[in-house]
Order: sequence, then structure tokens, then C-alpha cells
Amino acid sequence: MNAFGFKLIEPRSIDFDQFDGRLLNEILEKEPSFKICLSCGGCTATCNAGTLIDFNIRKMNLLLRRGEITGLAREIDKCMLCGKCMLVCPRGINIRNVIMLLKKGLVQYRNENI
Amino acid sequence: METPLFTYPFSIGLMFIVSFLLVVTCIWLAALSKSDRKLILKKIPGPASLKAIGETFMEALLHRKIFRKNPVLGYMHTSLAFGWFLLIVVGHLEAAVHYHTFSFPLWKSIFFRYAEPAPATGFAGHFFATSMDFLLLLILSGVGLAYYKRFNSRAFGMKKTTQLKVGDRIALTALWLIFPLRLIAEGVSAGLHRNGSFLTQPTGNLLAAILPLPLLEKPVWWAYSCALGVFFVAMPVSRYMHIPVEVLLIFLRRYGVRSQKHVNGYTRVQVFSCSRCGICLDSCQMNHANIRNTQSVYVLKQIRGRRLSDEQLFNCLLCGRCQKDCPVGIDLNDIRITQRIESTAEYNSTYDYLKNGPSPQADVVYFAGCMTHLTPSIKKSMQKLLNYAQVNYWFMDEHKAPCCGRPLIQAGQLEAAQKLIANNRDKIMQSGARTLVVSCPICYKVFSEDYKLPNVRVMHHAEYLLELVNQGLLPVHNSPKRVVYHDPCELGRGSGIYDQPRQLLGQYVELITMKHEKEDAFCCGGSLSNIKISMQERDRIRDHVLEEFQQYRPDQVVTACPLCKKTFTKGTEVEVRDLAEIVWESVSQQIIAAQPPVKQLEPEEVPS
Ligand code: SF4
Ligand code: SF4
Ligand code: SF4
Ligand code: SF4
Repeated sequence: MNAFGFKLIEPRSIDFDQFDGRLLNEILEKEPSFKICLSCGGCTATCNAGTLIDFNIRKMNLLLRRGEITGLAREIDKCMLCGKCMLVCPRGINIRNVIMLLKKGLVQYRNENI
Repeated sequence: METPLFTYPFSIGLMFIVSFLLVVTCIWLAALSKSDRKLILKKIPGPASLKAIGETFMEALLHRKIFRKNPVLGYMHTSLAFGWFLLIVVGHLEAAVHYHTFSFPLWKSIFFRYAEPAPATGFAGHFFATSMDFLLLLILSGVGLAYYKRFNSRAFGMKKTTQLKVGDRIALTALWLIFPLRLIAEGVSAGLHRNGSFLTQPTGNLLAAILPLPLLEKPVWWAYSCALGVFFVAMPVSRYMHIPVEVLLIFLRRYGVRSQKHVNGYTRVQVFSCSRCGICLDSCQMNHANIRNTQSVYVLKQIRGRRLSDEQLFNCLLCGRCQKDCPVGIDLNDIRITQRIESTAEYNSTYDYLKNGPSPQADVVYFAGCMTHLTPSIKKSMQKLLNYAQVNYWFMDEHKAPCCGRPLIQAGQLEAAQKLIANNRDKIMQSGARTLVVSCPICYKVFSEDYKLPNVRVMHHAEYLLELVNQGLLPVHNSPKRVVYHDPCELGRGSGIYDQPRQLLGQYVELITMKHEKEDAFCCGGSLSNIKISMQERDRIRDHVLEEFQQYRPDQVVTACPLCKKTFTKGTEVEVRDLAEIVWESVSQQIIAAQPPVKQLEPEEVPS
């Protein structure tokens, strides 16, 4: 298919059995501003890491909300904490705190699961 | 005379605190790096020791810095510390003169009026008795002020006073009781034996008139000794540990020991040196956002108790205002960053996706920085200025480049930051440039401190543009505007650059002097160092700063930081400009003026 100029997209469905909301709830509690994200993508558009590699911070937020936390750790490591996303966010969301909480939370879960 | 029983609480307390201090000092020194210990050993016999003694005298006893900040508070600290010190020294001399020797049991000098009930005789006797009473009076006035401060801290020009813990409460109560009890004990003895002076004798006479003194003499001396003993024993768990530890800090600092990027013995010494004077509370702008539990004094306290939460640790602008005011000279910013490094040590990105292509050759590398990309007019002004001055430069992050790494360091991600630093450093070195110009003070700080770029001058554009103007490469047109200049934290307090921006700006506009500028400048509130603060809280801090600017009715607010500019712009109607924009505006006027005027066609010349 690719040869014909079409892109194969994996079928997507949200599997609620896989839903892991612990991290999300913890983050929402510590950084309530994250509740009002409207997924506008402004953060991704300005992202510094995004200019260097395929990295989509808005998608991170989306995955977190869907409770799909496998694979998040590797992705979030691409962020450089530069703060641009926070400054362009129309909702004034403290995205860097979300990122820091996410990083810390992921390490904690990893440690607990060992 | 046999050693009276009542002296035991004092002696035991003293022995306890002395051995405790010896042990912790050894532990802390052992927790220093080898090179630090070598440095100390080398410097002990030198002039550094003398200077440290002098500084101990000026700061730990006379509290010169607190005096400068706040004379009443300074008097309180001095009368207590210096007064007590003299009381011990003079008391010792008095006993030595009396016994004609220096070898007498210690209790005899501390409880001299009990040990020697005979009234003072001769000139020396009277001199000492009067001096001792005078010193006691001095200390009591300090204690009185301390009482008053606890209940009414505003009288000291301080809005806040620190909250107390159990250990503190015990030690504080003991300290407050020591000197009144001494007065009563000496008074009682004076009432019985008439061996007092101008303060203790009248006290004694008064007491003798209303109380059965012979019954009371032992109990009051017991009480005095117990107060001393309790104070010594409670010292390690109270803020008063700062009294001995500050002396240690002064010596270590004089020997050249400095803060490192990890917790070591020096960190512990600094943490315990905090006297909880509360001066840093008043410096902190977090108050303006009603955040009142994250200031340095609280963080140090939590570090001591090993109870520091991330919410407290990361809720700070790292603006450095508290550090500048701290009379003990604790490296508050470094301590906080070190704690952040510890707190986030378990995860650090590797950024292995970073690549290094060949860099173009240039004389000057220009690095705008992430924040400057969000304020494009600064970036464009710089580009035009560099072109106008015909500088052979390479715009390193024009399209893409990693962040400078400073925001990561501020967040404690030191290891991760090193990866970005290595990548950027390679590119800069490859370009063969001798000058690196940056537009953002956040970048400036990390490039000049952490990058290690041999033979490359790191310059903020304020410095670089000043150089170009002084070389006559950029024409200057002044305007009648009155402006205030806002010192960005990382450029001012962070890097000590106050004059160059003012020199540059002074050529174009009229500069208004403000109350809070240079070292005392406010933070704009936008600092990336604060990971926890909300946008609304940032706005409140910003508005407070803007209020001060408004008082001077400036035509423009000028700064040298894209983040400050972005922060202020959102909150005021007044024009906010970066230095680079001011310089470019002036140059562009010159360009317009130099163009031949467009010729007006006369009516008869108009082709029909
Ligand atoms: S810019 Fe703000 S609101 Fe928009 S997607 Fe990003 S976080 Fe959400
Ligand atoms: S802080 Fe991270 S996610 Fe936000 S813009 Fe910078 S690199 Fe992108
Ligand atoms: S950190 Fe410095 S200014 Fe703040 S309470 Fe301690 S000694 Fe005082
Ligand atoms: S660095 Fe600034 S924000 Fe942080 S505690 Fe000190 S004064 Fe407050």
C-alpha cells in the first residue's frame, strides 16, 4: 500500500482493560491546570525537541489521559524542559510540571513493579 | 569551697554540647571532598585563618550585616551574641584577677557571685563588678527586644517572623530565662552579702524587702544553672545550632571551600548555619502570590529535618533575592539546585537522538535561545544589527538546535543537561568562532559557567552591542524617551552584569533610577526555575513589579531578557522593549535619514 502513496495506519481502539489511570489522577491532583487542556496542539507546534526529532507533546498528554502509559517513558525523555510549550499554551497550563510529575511517577511505578 | 551541686546541670550541658559539636564537625569535615580537606590543611596556618577570626568577630558577634539591613534587629542580635561573649570573657578575667591565676574550676567564673560572696574591693573589683552588671543590662535589653519581636515583628521592619518547633521552643524558653534568672540569682546573693553593683544590688535590696532571701539563694542558682544546661542540651535540635556552626562556615569559606553540585559536608554546614532570622522571608516575591511556605528559611529547616517535599523545593523562582540579603551568606540558590538534583536523580534523559553535523566557519556565533524564538522581534533586531555591522556570524539556532541546558539544570536534571551542553559545545568549537553572542540571560549563565569554551568570549548582546557601538559600527540616535531598565535575574544577580546594559541604554534614552534595581531588582515572575507556580500566581508577582515601574511613569520598560519581555508585555499598556530593539530602532532611523529624500515633482514636470 505504501508504494501507492497510502499510509498504513494501525487500527486504533482504546482498550479499557489496559487503562491505567493512577498516574493521571496523581498528576491531575498535583497540577490541576492540566484538566483544562483543549488539545489545541500549540505546545507541539512550538516544541523545541519536536524540531529535532519526531516528538509530540500533545500526544503525550493524550496517551496519559487514555491511561496508556507503556512507552511514555521513552517518549517523554525527549523533552528538554525549555518551557516554550508553557509560554504558548492558551490555557496557561503548567506543562513542565506535568512532564516532571510524569517522569517521577513513571520511575516510581517502574520501581514498584520490580 | 566544694563544687556546689547546683552547678551540675550547667557542667553536664556544657560537656554534652562540646562533645556533640566536636563529633558533628568531624562528620561534616569527613563529608568534604579530598581536595577541599587538603585546601583547608594548607590554608590553616595562613592569613585566611586571621581573616576568618576577624569575620567571626564582625558577623557572628557584631552582626554587621544585620545591622546594615535593619538596625533594631541588629542591636537585638548583637546585644545577645556579643554581650554574652563579653560576659563570659570579662567574667573569666574577673575571676582570674581575683584568684591571681587562670587555673580555677570553670564554675567559679560562671557562678562568681555565689562562689565569692565578699563585696568587691579595690579599683579592679569595682571595675569588674560594674562591667558585669553593665553587660548583663545590655543582654537583658536584647532579650527584651526578642520578647517584643516574637509578639510584634512589624516593629522590626519585618513583615513575617518564623514559626517555631518543639526543640526551638525549649531552647528559646531556656535562652529567654537564662539572663533574667541570672539577674535574680545575683540579686539574691547581693541582697544577702551586699556584693552587687549598680544593677544587681538594687535588685537584691528590692527582693530582700519582700522575700525571705536565705531560703531562696540555692533554688535561684539552681534555676539559673538548669536554664543554661537545658539550653545547651536543646541546642542541637534548635535553631541555636547556628551560633557555633556559623563560625565553622566562616572558616571553611575563608579557606576556599565552595558549594558543589551535590550534597556534601559544606551543604550540611550551611544548612545548620541558618539563624532563622527571617530576613529572606521579606525578600521573597512569592509572598506577592500568597505562597508562604516555600521560602529559603523553610526549605533549610525541612532539609535539616529531612522532610522536604517537591512541592516546596520546586516552588521557587531561584531569583536569588534571598541569597543577596542573607546575613549569613548561605548559597541559597546552590543549595536548592543541589536538592533538586538529588530529588530528580533517578531519571535523566540521554538525548541520544542528538546529532552533530559540521558547523559553518564564522567569527561570531549567535545563539538566540528558545525564549528569544518566542519574541521574534528581538531575534530579528539582532540579525539586522549583525548584518548592518557586517559581522561574519553564524546563527546557530536559526532553524533548530537543542536548548542551552539551563532550564534542565534549574530543574535539577544536571546529567541530562550535560548531554545538551556537550552537543552544543562541539558545534561552537567546530565553528572556529572566538565570540559567542547570546540574547537570553538564561543561556548566558549556562554558557559562561558550565560550557567550558576555551578561547571563546561568551557575551550577552548587551555587552556585544555596547562593544559595536563603542567601535562606531552602529550609529546612535538618541530619543527624548524616559525609560526604566529591568535587571533580569540571571543577568544581574546571576552573572553580575549591571553596568553594560545601562551604559548602552544611556546613549539612546533617559534612564530613570528606581528603588529596586541592580542587586535589589525584582524578578519578573516568569522564571523557568519555578516548576510549580501557576500562571495566575505568576501574574500577581508580575503585576506587583509593574506597579513599581508605573510609579516612575516611564515611556518604555526596557529589559535584556526575552522571557522578562514576554512576561511584562502581557501585563501592561506601556511599551516593553529589549535592548536590541532599542539599538535597532536607532540604527534604522539613521538608515532612513541617510536615504536621499524622494524628490517632489513640480506640476509642470508631471508628464501628461
Ligand atoms: S498548548 Fe496547552 S491547551 Fe493546547 S494542547 Fe498544549 S497543553 Fe493543551
Ligand atoms: S519544555 Fe519540552 S515539551 Fe515543552 S517545548 Fe520545550 S522541549 Fe517541547
Ligand atoms: S536563610 Fe539567611 S536570611 Fe534566611 S533565615 Fe536563614 S540566615 Fe536568615
Ligand atoms: S530565590 Fe527568590 S523565589 Fe526563591 S526563595 Fe529566594 S527570594 Fe524567594
